[in-house]
Amino acid sequence: MAQSRLPHPDLPPPPSTIGALGWMRRNLFSSPFNIALTALATYLLWITVPLLLNWALFDATWSGDDREACQGGSGACWVFIRVHLDQFMYGFYPKAQRWRVNIALLLLILGAAPLFIRTMPNPVKVKLGLGLLVFYPIIAFVLFKGGLLGLPEVETSLWGGLLLTLVIAGVGMTAALPLGVLLALGRRSQMPAIQTLCITFIEFWRGVPLITVLFMSSVMLPLFLPEGINFDKLLRALVGVTLFQAAYMAEVVRGGLQAIPKGQFEAAAALGLGYWKAMALIVLPQALKLVIPGIVNTFIALFKDTSLVLIIGLFDLMNTVHNAITNPAWLGFSTEGYVFAAAVYWLFCFSMSRYSQNLEKRLYTGHKR
Amino acid sequence: MTEFSVPPVKPPFWNNPQFRAIFFQAAALVATVAFGLYIFENTQDNLRRLGIASGFGFLSSPAGFDIIQTLVPYSAASSYGQVFWVALLNTLLVSALGIVFATLLGFIIGVARLSKNWLIAKLALAYIEIFRNIPLLLQIFFWYFAVLRAMPAPRQSLNLGDAFFLNIRGLYLPALQFQPGFGWVLTALGAAIVLVIVMRRWARRRQMTTGQPFPVLSTSLALLIGLPLIAFWLADAPLHWQVPELQGFNFRGGLVIIPEMASLLLALSIYTAAFIAEIVRAGIQAVSHGQTEASLSLGLNFGMTLRLIILPQALRVIIPPMTNQYLNLTKNSSLAAAIGYPDLVATFAGTTLNQTGQAIECIAITMAVYLTISLLISFIMNEYNRRVALVER
Repeated sequence: MAQSRLPHPDLPPPPSTIGALGWMRRNLFSSPFNIALTALATYLLWITVPLLLNWALFDATWSGDDREACQGGSGACWVFIRVHLDQFMYGFYPKAQRWRVNIALLLLILGAAPLFIRTMPNPVKVKLGLGLLVFYPIIAFVLFKGGLLGLPEVETSLWGGLLLTLVIAGVGMTAALPLGVLLALGRRSQMPAIQTLCITFIEFWRGVPLITVLFMSSVMLPLFLPEGINFDKLLRALVGVTLFQAAYMAEVVRGGLQAIPKGQFEAAAALGLGYWKAMALIVLPQALKLVIPGIVNTFIALFKDTSLVLIIGLFDLMNTVHNAITNPAWLGFSTEGYVFAAAVYWLFCFSMSRYSQNLEKRLYTGHKR
Repeated sequence: MTEFSVPPVKPPFWNNPQFRAIFFQAAALVATVAFGLYIFENTQDNLRRLGIASGFGFLSSPAGFDIIQTLVPYSAASSYGQVFWVALLNTLLVSALGIVFATLLGFIIGVARLSKNWLIAKLALAYIEIFRNIPLLLQIFFWYFAVLRAMPAPRQSLNLGDAFFLNIRGLYLPALQFQPGFGWVLTALGAAIVLVIVMRRWARRRQMTTGQPFPVLSTSLALLIGLPLIAFWLADAPLHWQVPELQGFNFRGGLVIIPEMASLLLALSIYTAAFIAEIVRAGIQAVSHGQTEASLSLGLNFGMTLRLIILPQALRVIIPPMTNQYLNLTKNSSLAAAIGYPDLVATFAGTTLNQTGQAIECIAITMAVYLTISLLISFIMNEYNRRVALVER
């Protein structure tokens, strides 16, 4: 008997896993729950994004020189930002002297740019970096403050806007890192007295909010100093911010020091290196490399914390914007002002975090899996 | 053979490590003490010269100012000591609520960040990158000045279901009013808790001896919800909602959350949640996938895998940084001073200091409070961490 074999009917082709459709199937519609989530997210975007775009771009007023230009517009009034932009950048720095700030910024960019060129030999970079670290603050201070070389003096109380924010952040970062390294070394030291002093210092600053530190520096410091000696308000804020962040930096660096195996310390000692040489040449380069993300996170926190100097009446970017918003001639544009300030802070913090991720990848010398 | 006699070289005493250690420590101590004495002397001189009183006597004198939010009875005739307690409670209230909201939001965002759904994961990423890179003070100001201060007057309040009203004076919520019979409901709840504890012990013992599991979770839930509900029904529903009503120019009744508190709470929760989300993500990713596979191949179902295998290991990674975030939130709540929420810094280190002029005492008390909270929480969390930490052989 002839046996007839009927082939099994062809199965339908499997759903495509390549191309845009396959990608969507995999990442957006893989299960009923996922479909529901996608629908929810799409709905959220559908109601918020057009609203935001209309406000910020399509219905916004861009041109004009006074608030009348924004009358009747339903979107953002960017004229407010345009009119105040100089103030947001320089604060009350005299208009005729603002070229000095620009020159200082230009010098910084020119001086620091070679540090970011990959092909530059390392010894040159180190020399340039150290030179920049030592001389740039002096040059910048002379340019900003004046009173020398025929430059008219500009009081620090007139410094403001983004300029002041960058001054506080820059000084805070360059001072907090070495101080933090010293504190971390002290905390890991074998000498009980040094260790106790460092632990007390670190735990004290980490336990109190920055705002009380700033309060302290503005109301208590005058009481601590002998009669007649008066610190500049900006200097007091700088000292407060630096000491505060140095304590956090110390804990970050301590994490790195703890991760270095004991053999490294012993090998350095066996080679005849003294304490400081062993630390500077063997231990710290490895420890600091390990904690780059933590260090940059502390820098980002410091940058955001500069906005707190508003509490003691310094006119940084935050306070300048806040001041422009509460100006009776320009009432009603608070959202525009805050959005602008937020965008500036965000840009700085986000680029710092991206750069640190990049650096971390580049400095990774372990075996990639 | 000639012998070389090497003269014994004794290094100079200043190269002796032991001597150096003692010398440097003594120098550091002397410098610290001298600095402290110098500051102390200057302060004494300045206080005498400026005629500022010192000591804590001012705590019992009347304060003479009002506080917009008080959790305990307070009036302008109360003393500065009572101001301190009111301010401390306000700080603790906003911190505790902030911790709860930030944790909930942070867990949701952190899990969403790991979602297989591309859209949800990207949205969570956008949330994290936006909110953690903007200063907290700016966020507080945005919610306070740009959103809540721009709300309409009470008569034009935003009305949500005739029970919630939002206007420039704050958010009005229905308040719960307890009637006399409510004690029975509480008694039933207490009884349910005791029953659950007894039942759990019994179930564990039974599982240890016979291997038979008992549905502990569903029984506990049934007891905890069921018993109070029965008592509630038997006692004739001794609970009423008091809905706020517009009378004249303002609302009466109900519960009001002042805008200062609302904006501070919003900003603190949203900002801290971004950090908590990253911590949660890192914690979950730290548990290797092999653990999940091993657990599933042992025959545990997905819920048990999550509860018994993944979460205990993830929590070990999550808890230390989470503690730091809770401490940060508590310290950040001091930014309340910038918008006038009556917390410790605003009322005690602010108003009280300005009225009495006793800067050192006020700042010292304020700092001591924050320091105590920080050290206390880190001590508790360290103990907890020691209990859950990996015990190595």
